[in-house]
Amino acid sequence: MFAYCADPNAIEGLSWLLCYLTTGKHLLLYGAVGTVVLLLAIAAPSALAFGFLGAVAARSSFLPFRWFGKIYTSMVRGVPDVIFFLFVPIALDQGFEWLRHRFKCPDWGQPVWQGNDFVVCTEAKLPLSSSPQWVHESYGFMLAALAFAVVFGAFAANVIYGAMQAVPRAQIETAEAYGMTPRQSFRRILVPQMWVYALPGLSNLWMILIKATPLLFLLGVRDIVYWARELGGLKTSAYEYPHPDWRLWYFLGLLVFYLIVTKLSEGVLARISARLSQGQATFAGEQQRRAGR
Amino acid sequence: MSCLQTIADYGLRSIGIGERLLPRADLTLCQHFTLIGSGLIWNVYFGALALAFGFFLANAIAVAKASDNPLLRKPAEWFIFVFRGSPLFIQFFLAYETFVLLPRAGIDIPLGFMTITMDTSWLSKAWGGALVVLFLNTAAYSAEIFYGALRSVPKGDIEAADAYGMSGWSRFRRVIWPTMMRLAWPSYTNEAIFLFHATTLVYFSGFPAFQQKGDALYYATYFSAKTFNPFVAYPIIAAYFILLTLVIIGLFGFVNRRLNRHLPSNVQSRVRYRPQILR
Repeated sequence: MFAYCADPNAIEGLSWLLCYLTTGKHLLLYGAVGTVVLLLAIAAPSALAFGFLGAVAARSSFLPFRWFGKIYTSMVRGVPDVIFFLFVPIALDQGFEWLRHRFKCPDWGQPVWQGNDFVVCTEAKLPLSSSPQWVHESYGFMLAALAFAVVFGAFAANVIYGAMQAVPRAQIETAEAYGMTPRQSFRRILVPQMWVYALPGLSNLWMILIKATPLLFLLGVRDIVYWARELGGLKTSAYEYPHPDWRLWYFLGLLVFYLIVTKLSEGVLARISARLSQGQATFAGEQQRRAGR
Repeated sequence: MSCLQTIADYGLRSIGIGERLLPRADLTLCQHFTLIGSGLIWNVYFGALALAFGFFLANAIAVAKASDNPLLRKPAEWFIFVFRGSPLFIQFFLAYETFVLLPRAGIDIPLGFMTITMDTSWLSKAWGGALVVLFLNTAAYSAEIFYGALRSVPKGDIEAADAYGMSGWSRFRRVIWPTMMRLAWPSYTNEAIFLFHATTLVYFSGFPAFQQKGDALYYATYFSAKTFNPFVAYPIIAAYFILLTLVIIGLFGFVNRRLNRHLPSNVQSRVRYRPQILR
């Protein structure tokens, strides 16, 4: 990156470290932090949307919807999330390919399950084998993000369902007394009031989501864990920057990175919570009122 | 090959008893159930031991965090912050790299008159090293729960203990601690459930599965990689974990009823699911 980095053998000490930390691969490591942020930016809103739909389905008066909602909200209670992270991307991938297969090659004679293999016709492959490398990588990333959204949507559905139950019954009764239809009272009364009750659970979920991001590594995405393992491993003198096994330091760096991120979000969430409980008939709101704020 | 034969061959495969080679082709449902169930032994081993040891450390740390002495409070706060604020996955990797770097022959601890050699090679194996990480991790999460419960012990209880002339250790052991346990138990049940769920990470985070002796998820991924069909192995392991979760809820519910037995039945706290404490 810098001019004096041209010959790594000639430099020492701090400038060596500076050059070492700005090699192309290290820039990829810093770029992988962007991957984590991107995952959070995609997974958090879509998990919230999934959770909201799940909670609404679980409250629905239409029996199949209610069953679906109940199963969706309770599936994460008994089964480890790691299992879903491994299962959902493969299942979705095969599901997509199978649908495309049925659609694109209707006269394909053989079954898709052949012994130990899952075979679809070439046109149905996702992504197409002729597509460039970045398409393959971003497809893998999208599947991973979808898996995160599904799993964390189930957690969020639990929280939102509980929050909807926590809104005082009298509020809904008042809405009914004003002649609002169920749909109106849901949109005007229940949903706006629900957020205060949902916030502690949702902020907790945000922390969990942050701490789940290294699991991207399990899904084959080149994230920070991948690069930390790759760069930290023993480099013999065949490399430009030879060093012993430094994986310990790389993982220590990741640990500190996550500690800083969780600490920062804790502060932000505490402020949001204080803001939302202003004027609310809850314990925190009452405390704020007494303190004269 | 009959199913009973399969169970005899692979039922204890995860701890190294039975057939050496894993089944490779023509995988049957029975093989799926047997091997994944056999892997569950490790999940129960990690979960139960980490929980049992972690319980004591968590109590000590919770009391230390509530202490007025900063020499006790600060380390406890930092311990809880580091283990709760970082992903368990990273903790596993970090611990593995640390344990591998420890000298293979062991650490010499000079005691003046003689030297004790502490054996360290067991720490780089999953059964030892991962257990240590899970133990410290669950201790931190449980300590936060116990600390919260300790802070919400009713003032009246402590005043009543004072009125009886109790102080110090006897007040803690006979009044504060039982109430703290009673208040913490519902959350602690959740912690136990998620600890058992977290044990599935062990063999994906650096610790190698020696001679293919792995946990339930290790075998489930083995099958799904072999057959390229995720719709058999993963539902089976999911079913096993639902059963395990129900057993935990049953056991902890029993303890909860015992902790609450002096209270009228309408004020007893029931164990409820709250996803407070995932990793």
